[in-house]
Amino acid sequence: MPQQYLPETPSQTAGPYVHIGLAPLAAGFDIFENNFNQVLTQPETQGERITIEGRVFDGSGTPIRDVLLEIWQANAHGRYNHPGDQQQDKPLDGAFRGWGRSCSDFETGHYRFETIKPGAVCGRDGRLMAPHVNLWIVARGINLGLHTRMYFADEDAANQQDPVLNLIELEVRRKTLIAHPERRGDELVYRFDIVVQGERETVFFDL
Amino acid sequence: MSQINELYHRNYDRHPPALVPEYKTSVLRSPKNALISLQNSLSEITGPVFGQHELGALDNDLILNYAKQGLPIGERIIVHGYVRDENGLPLRNALVEVWQANAGGRYRHKKDQYLAPIDPNFGGCGRMLTDDNGYYFFRTIKPGPYPWRNRVNDWRPAHIHFSLSGDAFAQRLITQMYFEGDPLIASCPIVRAIKNDDAVRTLIAGLDKTASIQLDSLAYRFDLVLRGHRATLFENRLQGKA
Repeated sequence: MPQQYLPETPSQTAGPYVHIGLAPLAAGFDIFENNFNQVLTQPETQGERITIEGRVFDGSGTPIRDVLLEIWQANAHGRYNHPGDQQQDKPLDGAFRGWGRSCSDFETGHYRFETIKPGAVCGRDGRLMAPHVNLWIVARGINLGLHTRMYFADEDAANQQDPVLNLIELEVRRKTLIAHPERRGDELVYRFDIVVQGERETVFFDL
Repeated sequence: MSQINELYHRNYDRHPPALVPEYKTSVLRSPKNALISLQNSLSEITGPVFGQHELGALDNDLILNYAKQGLPIGERIIVHGYVRDENGLPLRNALVEVWQANAGGRYRHKKDQYLAPIDPNFGGCGRMLTDDNGYYFFRTIKPGPYPWRNRVNDWRPAHIHFSLSGDAFAQRLITQMYFEGDPLIASCPIVRAIKNDDAVRTLIAGLDKTASIQLDSLAYRFDLVLRGHRATLFENRLQGKA
């Protein structure tokens, strides 16, 4: 008998009130004792503290102010906190899950994550990937969550060799995935604006 | 520790396309460029792991988790089902998060201006982890339909929003559950964004009289499927050389 597969459940938009379920404090009420949020670090987390900040723009150049973003990243040594990561040469960091969730501000559209700079992760066929953060974006008007990656401008040598960046034929599009650092007092901020549609449209992936 | 393999490629024919002009907000929020397809690496086949200790005792009980001076008004229902992967295997410890309007179609959200009133005893969100069989259940009030500014007379069918986090970041999914027999399903531009009728049917929960609690709550059954992992791999391409 041929193998019968179950079809994946179809996606639907998260809608304008996604915050009620995924970030109720942002929706305007307090219901859960423990809320998932945009801070990935604990005091014991290893690695260099960074802030990722930016806005998400629609096809008219207007910031999308009801967007919800999640990030997934490796620890400072380049290992994911997940049993499927078998890079035994790299230590796990028990104080780093590697995942966070942030909502854009309803007025300004700014989102923000407080995290650490990830180490390089082993890619396919033993090719090292440059340090990167995986992002997933949902909002009203987005029918299927958009996946992208953020790379670091100060990792130019690694970026040149990165197998995923090198899949993107157009140099001008590759640049949409590179975040630039700026010092703000003690804070190291990487600014990562995402353009959903139009000129300088961010690269989105089919994973 | 078990090796985790690549996911099956996503079948986009069963998902809504990014641009669906009938759903007007998608016009400016859909990429013009084609997605760039990646072969899976560790970044896609791993994902966050959640623990029961992170959730509260009433997190899956929307009837009680925001009750202040009494019970919320509306139809008491249980929603339950299984989360599986495309291979039919149960997805254990998957984080299921839900949110919805109250019985009158009003959301507890600072941006919702609909004139139907807030229910002081209803919050409208819940969350849970699937058990070892991939089973989840929660209790709630059946949400009402509500009007929205798409065309001036568009109404959403009664629905509950679902967010699922399985064991891989590339399985991440948000969808909506509808109720069997709702005549608004057929005319909804958000539902109609899905072009495949069979795929639409999988979003409609069936009335489950068997699981209802006598003199207390009706039940609806809603099963979900996330992307499955390939079982066979002859070379360890994902994390370096074999």
